[in-house]
Amino acid sequence: MVNQLLEKLYEPVRLKNSTNFKNLLAAGKLSNSMNKLIISPSPHVHSGDSVWKNMRDVLIALVPAYLAGLYFFGLGALIISFTAMLSCVVFEYLIQRYLIKGSTSITDGSALLTGLLLSFNLPSNLPVWIVIIGSLIAIGVAKMSFGGLGNNPFNPALVGRVFLLISFPAQMTSWPKPIPFNPAYLDAVTAATPLAILKGQFSEIPSTLNLFLGNMGGSMGEVSALALLIGFVYLLIRKTISWHIPISILLTVFIFTGILHLVNPELFSVSPLFHLLTGGLMLGAIFMATDYVTSPMNPRGMLIFGFGIGIITVVIRVFGSYPEGVSFAILIMNAFTPLINTLVKPKRFGEAKKA
Amino acid sequence: MNTIIFSILTLLVISGISSVILFFISRKFQVFEDQNIQEIESVLPAANCGGCGYPSCHGFALACVNAENLENLVCTVGGQPTMKKVAHILGKDSNIIHPTVAVIRCGGNCYLRPLINQYDGVGSCVIAHNLYGGETGCAWGCLGLGDCEVSCKFDALHINPETRLPEIDEEKCTSCNACVIACPKLIIELRNKGLKSRRIFVNCVNKDKDEEIQSSCNVACIGCGKCMEECAFDAISMANNLAYIDSNKCTLCRKCVAVCPTHAILEINFPTKRVKE
Amino acid sequence: MKTFKMGGIHPKEYKFSAGIQIQTASIPQQAIIPLGHYLGGPSLPVVQKGDKVKVGQMIGQASGFVSANVHASVSGVVNRIDVHLDASGYKVPSVFIDVHGDEWLETIDKSAEIKRECTLSSAEIIKRISDYGIVGLGGATFPTHVKLLPPPGKKATILIVNGVECEPYLTCDHQLMIEKGEEILVGVTILMKAIDVKRAIVGIENNKKDAISLMQKLAKTFVGIEILPLQVQYPQGGEKQLIDAAIGRQVPTGTLPIEVGAVVQNVATLFAVYEAVQKNKPLFERIVTITGKSLKNHGNFLARLGTPLANIVEQAGGVPEDTGKIVAGGPMMGRALSSLEVTVAKGTSGVLLIPALEAARKNMQNCIRCTKCVVACPMGLEPFLLMSQSERSMWTEMENERVMDCIECGCCSFACPSNRPLLDHIRYGKSIVGKIIRTRQAKK
Repeated sequence: MVNQLLEKLYEPVRLKNSTNFKNLLAAGKLSNSMNKLIISPSPHVHSGDSVWKNMRDVLIALVPAYLAGLYFFGLGALIISFTAMLSCVVFEYLIQRYLIKGSTSITDGSALLTGLLLSFNLPSNLPVWIVIIGSLIAIGVAKMSFGGLGNNPFNPALVGRVFLLISFPAQMTSWPKPIPFNPAYLDAVTAATPLAILKGQFSEIPSTLNLFLGNMGGSMGEVSALALLIGFVYLLIRKTISWHIPISILLTVFIFTGILHLVNPELFSVSPLFHLLTGGLMLGAIFMATDYVTSPMNPRGMLIFGFGIGIITVVIRVFGSYPEGVSFAILIMNAFTPLINTLVKPKRFGEAKKA
Repeated sequence: MNTIIFSILTLLVISGISSVILFFISRKFQVFEDQNIQEIESVLPAANCGGCGYPSCHGFALACVNAENLENLVCTVGGQPTMKKVAHILGKDSNIIHPTVAVIRCGGNCYLRPLINQYDGVGSCVIAHNLYGGETGCAWGCLGLGDCEVSCKFDALHINPETRLPEIDEEKCTSCNACVIACPKLIIELRNKGLKSRRIFVNCVNKDKDEEIQSSCNVACIGCGKCMEECAFDAISMANNLAYIDSNKCTLCRKCVAVCPTHAILEINFPTKRVKE
Repeated sequence: MKTFKMGGIHPKEYKFSAGIQIQTASIPQQAIIPLGHYLGGPSLPVVQKGDKVKVGQMIGQASGFVSANVHASVSGVVNRIDVHLDASGYKVPSVFIDVHGDEWLETIDKSAEIKRECTLSSAEIIKRISDYGIVGLGGATFPTHVKLLPPPGKKATILIVNGVECEPYLTCDHQLMIEKGEEILVGVTILMKAIDVKRAIVGIENNKKDAISLMQKLAKTFVGIEILPLQVQYPQGGEKQLIDAAIGRQVPTGTLPIEVGAVVQNVATLFAVYEAVQKNKPLFERIVTITGKSLKNHGNFLARLGTPLANIVEQAGGVPEDTGKIVAGGPMMGRALSSLEVTVAKGTSGVLLIPALEAARKNMQNCIRCTKCVVACPMGLEPFLLMSQSERSMWTEMENERVMDCIECGCCSFACPSNRPLLDHIRYGKSIVGKIIRTRQAKK
């Protein structure tokens, strides 16, 4: 009798705390013969969407760009991407297990995504130990110290990248030359990026077609605009992201550089298209700036956010001393995200007809 | 050498100017406050619990200074000693405080009040209360989701995971009223602490009729009125099928406890009378 | 194809009971008719223990303007007036009637013949509707006569009829349109006369093609009634969303639909109006969909008010073994029941039996700020923000964020990839803010 009572007593507690209700049910521990109905507030159905599914979609969208990176940079790209992904996941696990002492969330795929995005932003001839440091900064400093997924104010992969850029400027700015299926890793022949050429390094600027396909020097995942755009289309179809941020960034950059080009073609010699296709702009606009956690939460805010990134990028590229400014632009606008969220509200129902 | 001298001099000048500015600003914006307020605040417990009805200890001190007498001003945390000190500072008569303590008026633990469904929403009593009557057949009793536990600032209230009822640590409870407000079922009551902190109260708030209670809970007050007949001091009143013991009239004679057919009247901190057979 | 412009989701439909003919549910041994309403004041009983009642006799009188009469759904003797569990999860005063035979009031016209002509005046129609206890049968049970009497200075210009049935699983309105289409359209003309409008739009979602074509055929014989197919999207059945979809106007925040000149009524309500006005029949029965993934005989049942849900579910094949949750109403806005003792009330549009595997909620994770709740919200609110404000008791801020606009449709909780119980918190916050606003207004 007492046993029965005890069982009845713990059943609901167990149900509530159990991580896998299904397993318990399958194991027959929650037989329905006890006939206790579940009561919860509406809605009683769920879309079935999950954090992992969103992360998975982004990972799938990155596949074309990843293949392009492998094609152009060969072995090096493979090594740094695996190092970054593995170390990000391991660091996340270790921090959650031993520092925070909570349940781990590595299964949601966010650490994997951070790792892959970090490697996309790195030159593929970077030594492994630098990649691991970058991962530690990305996961440990930029993500977990704020409370894990959902609480980080800055994009972890970009924080990792910028940290490396400032700490190891020499290694971070010597990009390998794109050679199909290059078997060389650390000793790869280096080449200047088109943006660096623009800043005064003596070399020939590649043709627009090569820029579009990705046949140029640069970080591992950023080179091929075509592959990144394929990923963008996939994300739009899956409704993982909305069009607002990428389009507003690209448009702003295009228009702003276009104006500069028209005003003074001699000083600002390259066409706006060049700016769109070079550097990390595509990667940044499509995959880094649209990071859920660090971007504004309504369409109006997203447009402002994208506009800000576009302006800052162009200012750094054209007037600054760094050849590339997308990472800085995104991080700066990340800092403005809470402010944008507070000031800019979505369009409310019934608002339009009031005026 | 020159550099060092110059930097030291510059810093000295800057700090001098700053201190002068600070001095004038602090004079200009100084708020003159009754000395007593600070003194009273220093004897208050600084818990800022709001049990006195004022948002902070400072607010309470202000109210004490402005009040004619201290009749309605009670620091529940500090109790009599604190109020004596306050009265001494202000030179007013100290009021007599009956120390109170929170009691949980529900005895329906999982053994005695069987669960009939499983709640699967947010673990908050107010939300469950908004939704429906609760996991048991009794729509009046404790939901066991612990809003009171969250509201308690003194770590005096905890949900017992076995019975799923809150338990109050009398030593820590300051009767600040926070849990009373937090409970959507109005189960918690502040009662006089009583002699040697002995208390007798009706451990139920169920207003249902007898026949409905039978199926839902074994320790509910069924409103039979036996305790009322037994009480020689007119301390027990009956309303809506529910008995209530007035703690001011109760003499702790314990006669009502014995006659209650459902053991719904609880005695606390009495020496054990006899071993139950 | 038209639809509302903001937010919305498209849950899987699972309309198992579509196209299944309406069956008449058996009359129970004892009917327990609740006197409370979800919205508005409770009704006051006008019968006593031992009274004999006939079907259609008034047993509960409206306690105010926003309240409705209640009528006996069975004939027999009043056993007692006591509290009984209803879909709200609490016990409410109810009238228990022991059933003897099935004797109807003589005034009720039981013939199946369709009467199209209505000779009553506008005021008489509204009085009839009010007397016969007709409420919104879409689920909110708002008394119909209140909607038909606009506040002074406002005039309705259009009647919008809700045949949308956007909730998954439910098919009671769909089946009613197929079987009683003409009666519904007569009801539309009666209401058009009552509120003096020349135009009516019947909005039907495009997943009910048979109903659309049938109603379009029937509508040709009536003046001023237009059938409007709508794109399938939840919550299109919401009053404000339907107005937006049908006439492209958004009801300003904090106001009623009459502000844009629209009156919205459900098709089931219109059928009840038809029966009340043309057949002298008070509202004492309604269509209830009984469905669920593992149920054997899905069906649409014509059930008397006060029939225990267990009786009807029994007729539909009984509660399946694996049932983990029973919901009165649709899966998006319905209420979970703790027992099938609950009886059919005016707002019971369906009973949904959810298998245990799908019944429990999944574990909540951190908010990843993905904006899916903002995108899904049909009112343009920010559910993630409202939830955290509610958790922190920031009532003033919630009011500024327009929490009172929330229609509790559940799109946010449905869409959240982190399984966060957004609506639970928002609903609680809304109730608190509502109380604060009411006290403030009372002070003025």
